[in-house]
Amino acid sequence: MNAPVKSFANVSIAVLPPVARLNLRIAPANLAAASAAFGLPLPTKIGQGVVKNGHAAWCLGPDEWLLHAPEAEQAAIVADFAKARTKAPHSLTVISDREFTIAITGPRAQEFLTVACPLDLSRMAPGTAKRTLFDSAQVVLIRDADDAFRIEVWRSFFPHVSELLDIALREFACGL
Amino acid sequence: MLLINCPYCDDALPELEFAYAGEAHIARPADPSKLSDEEWRDFLFIRSNPRGLHAERWRHIHGCGRFFNALRDTVSDRFLTTYPAGQPRPDVTKLEAAE
Ligand SMILES: [Zn+2]
Repeated sequence: MNAPVKSFANVSIAVLPPVARLNLRIAPANLAAASAAFGLPLPTKIGQGVVKNGHAAWCLGPDEWLLHAPEAEQAAIVADFAKARTKAPHSLTVISDREFTIAITGPRAQEFLTVACPLDLSRMAPGTAKRTLFDSAQVVLIRDADDAFRIEVWRSFFPHVSELLDIALREFACGL
Repeated sequence: MLLINCPYCDDALPELEFAYAGEAHIARPADPSKLSDEEWRDFLFIRSNPRGLHAERWRHIHGCGRFFNALRDTVSDRFLTTYPAGQPRPDVTKLEAAE
């Protein structure tokens, strides 16, 4: 689903193209096996992210990671992890279709997100991600740069979050 | 907004991300069938409900997902400390001495 980009001078909102999205649960002691299977060193501190060769991983909890990769590589990634399972038991769940990703970019993106995000975003470093709330919807918020964020929202909450963003964008555009 | 320090995220985060989960340090009896009805009732329902310091469970449900414990003053709503599940209740006198 690719909605048209909506923007005014300071903030742009776009629904991003599909991506292979996986949720990994594994004991931290076995993390090396998962890092080898995914082809990057999985971060160990909650919030931290690592990007390498088109793959990205963010640590969401003490034993939980969110993985992103190009859609075409999904089957190969699942197969690679399946091979590692005998040595390193884990759960890998494909959640590609569970969520949409909305990109929020622009010089006022951080201020814009405060319309419904309770986090102190000034303390959120680029390259990190957090599970949090957007209004009442649980989301994963990724910060790619000072002026670039992504919101991963479950598809059932998407209309609500999308509508909120549209309203906020109109408010920002008319200077409220 | 009230900020709660999650011991797993090691960060003070908005209360909205957390869910309260009742009194802490209540161990399930190892052999429930050996208990009298009154003992089982007490395990299920009877809580200390103090006015003041309370050790209680919280879950960082919209964050890392983990349950942890907190020492909170039920009068002032102030969190003295939070600590991972499984650890004993911290000694309050030591906490206060450290402040
Ligand atoms: Zn947490």
